[in-house]
Amino acid sequence: MGLPREEYIASGHRACAGCGEILTIRHVLKASGKNTIVVNATGCAEVVTTPYPQTAWKIPWVHSAFENIAAVASGIDKGLECRGIRDKINLLAIGGDGASFDIGFGSLSGAIERGHKFTYIATDNEAYMNTGIQRSGATPLFANTTTSPAGKKIHGKIEPKKPLPLIVAAHGVSYVATISIADLPDLYAKVKKALKAEVVSFLHAFCPCVPGWKYPSSKTIEIAKKATATGVFPLYEIENGILKFTRKPAKLEPVNNYLKMQGRFKHLSQSEIRQIQNYVKERYNFLLSVENSKCFDTLFK
Amino acid sequence: MKRVIETSHAIALAVKLARVKVIPMYPITPQTHIVERLAEFINNGTLDAKMIHVESEHSAISALQGALLSNVRAFTATSSQGLALMFEILQIISGMRLPAVMVIANRALSAPINIWNDHSDAFAVRDQGWMQIFAETAEEALDSVLMAYKLAESKEVQIPIMVNIDGYSLSHVYEPVDIPSQTLVDSFLPKFKLEDYLDINNPKTFGPIGFPDSYMYFKEAQHKAMKNAEKRIKEINREFKKKFKRSYGNGLVEEYKIEDAETVFVCLGSICGTAREAVDQLRVKGKKAGLLKLRYIRPWPSKSIRKALNKAEKIAVFDRAFSFGSEAPLYTELKATLQDKQINSYVVGLGGRDVTIEHFKKAYRMCSKNKNGWLY
Amino acid sequence: MNKKMKITKGAVIKEPGSTVKYKTGSWRTFRPVIDYEKCIRCGLCWSQCPDMAIEKKGNKFVINYDYCKGCGICAENCPVKAIKMVREEK
Repeated sequence: MGLPREEYIASGHRACAGCGEILTIRHVLKASGKNTIVVNATGCAEVVTTPYPQTAWKIPWVHSAFENIAAVASGIDKGLECRGIRDKINLLAIGGDGASFDIGFGSLSGAIERGHKFTYIATDNEAYMNTGIQRSGATPLFANTTTSPAGKKIHGKIEPKKPLPLIVAAHGVSYVATISIADLPDLYAKVKKALKAEVVSFLHAFCPCVPGWKYPSSKTIEIAKKATATGVFPLYEIENGILKFTRKPAKLEPVNNYLKMQGRFKHLSQSEIRQIQNYVKERYNFLLSVENSKCFDTLFK
Repeated sequence: MKRVIETSHAIALAVKLARVKVIPMYPITPQTHIVERLAEFINNGTLDAKMIHVESEHSAISALQGALLSNVRAFTATSSQGLALMFEILQIISGMRLPAVMVIANRALSAPINIWNDHSDAFAVRDQGWMQIFAETAEEALDSVLMAYKLAESKEVQIPIMVNIDGYSLSHVYEPVDIPSQTLVDSFLPKFKLEDYLDINNPKTFGPIGFPDSYMYFKEAQHKAMKNAEKRIKEINREFKKKFKRSYGNGLVEEYKIEDAETVFVCLGSICGTAREAVDQLRVKGKKAGLLKLRYIRPWPSKSIRKALNKAEKIAVFDRAFSFGSEAPLYTELKATLQDKQINSYVVGLGGRDVTIEHFKKAYRMCSKNKNGWLY
Repeated sequence: MNKKMKITKGAVIKEPGSTVKYKTGSWRTFRPVIDYEKCIRCGLCWSQCPDMAIEKKGNKFVINYDYCKGCGICAENCPVKAIKMVREEK
């Protein structure tokens, strides 16, 4: 397939069978290569890879806390600069959706504003999975989680997902993109571009979660594929303020093709499916409407 | 070179002399004068360092951690609410055994919001595995920062340290300070080099998950390292004296007219100057008073305290913090150290309330009647 | 009382990739089996494994059962259906 053979994360980690997050990190690291330092937020990836005295990481890696990877990376960025070795190193900050959309959002925004040089990867599995599938700002509309249960009165999460990549883009960063393990050539190309940025670059990674989304472990890639095919997770990039789709399905599939694969949506009524369909369509159309325009460039530079 | 400068300025000079490379900072009163001076040094080209203008104290301490892990010397300063916001990361840094140095311009905690001096911020974070030193004067503040770097970075210690200075009553005070030369400081403070850092040629994992089968051992090791620090503090104090011609007691505690004292005051920080004056005035009246200034509260210098207070009949301990529903913290700890002595507790100077010679005289009288109290 | 563990200062782990000492193969309830008659050596299974449990040996892709957790992603997505999931005998 022409992918690098070298692995930077080792077997024997304790992630669930079929984990979409570890698979994402595996490929991000392959694209980034040997000279990479990772700052990892508290979360599944951190826990399953570092049961002391063992580590799955083959590159320098640090975990501090949940909400501070962008700040820790800021310190590393400046420290490496002082040592005159900044240009030799790819610095990655990897945090889940809780770390990125919610608790660490301020730290991320601050680091972007200050113009640090590192690549932030939000590995989004759409809930607090490590603590047992609680709702986050990234949980999609009507999803069933342990803190937004599909009850008789309220059917799951009643708020839509926070549009983090667009919020990040509004800071005027030079590179923002969405990536998916269902499209590795697209993922590799985007990681490479992100690493070239001279300021914070941001990758929003779609990471299906077997226990959290309630689907058979073999379906991880299939679900990621359907997310893009239905417009739930479009693949695009915003480079120097200009948004471009990197993959555009000829015709979007009905969103139910994606929803019906997952237990977290099995409680949905026809009307709720329609609401999700409308929501996805509106968001998708918005992205189409700004494609190739200089909206992020002119507004925020 | 002796100059009359503000304590905050003296601290900034110490940071410069220590050749600090990365300074994450977030403004908070009364710490700001320190980082303002540092920003001037950097922007005037006299300090070759990077300042990171973080968006919160939580990020300041996190960026400090990142800078240390990239193998450079770093510095930050904060106060009160800022320190409270940093709380989570404090034990992450000490647990990872990173030799961080941070100055705390001590200030009361909200509510009600109060920007003035007491020690409630420092005592609130007492058990987070950081060493804590309290300086009395501008010169001691400068010296303490230099000694703090050497101590924290000592291989047998490798524990972070907070240098406490009283907000306003020390941070904003102008005093004559002997500023050492760069050459002299360079001969005292070795180049920064960590044994373990983020190195692409020798990849290591920092901050893993410690299960119940390992966690306790790391905590025990932190405690042992902190106890090792006691010896190292004394050594560094002696070495400092040799190079800079001044020192502070045995490094851990400083005695004043204690040999024949019947009643000894025990306190921390800038009020020690007032306590000395009170001792002198009481002695004029024929009252045998003395002072034990604690420089460190962590490590807790129990041996030095026992030795110093061996002959004292009565001990009056002054706290500028309180453990609600219990007692003043220094008092509790002193009682545990000296179980056979009469010790009385005086809570003074909370939220910037003045502490005067009269307070010490009153405490002296109350102590003779074995009475505790809050003195206003 | 447990035996004391030897620890490193600050819990630094100096052995990169040392989770390989822990075999996750025992987690499996189904095992993937490659039919090399059908396999076209495209490597898709290798690229989609979250456990790095498929290795390229010569021109063949081989499953490392020490680590394979049996998620079934490889069998699900094999373009020529050359991988079968077979129940583990206990």
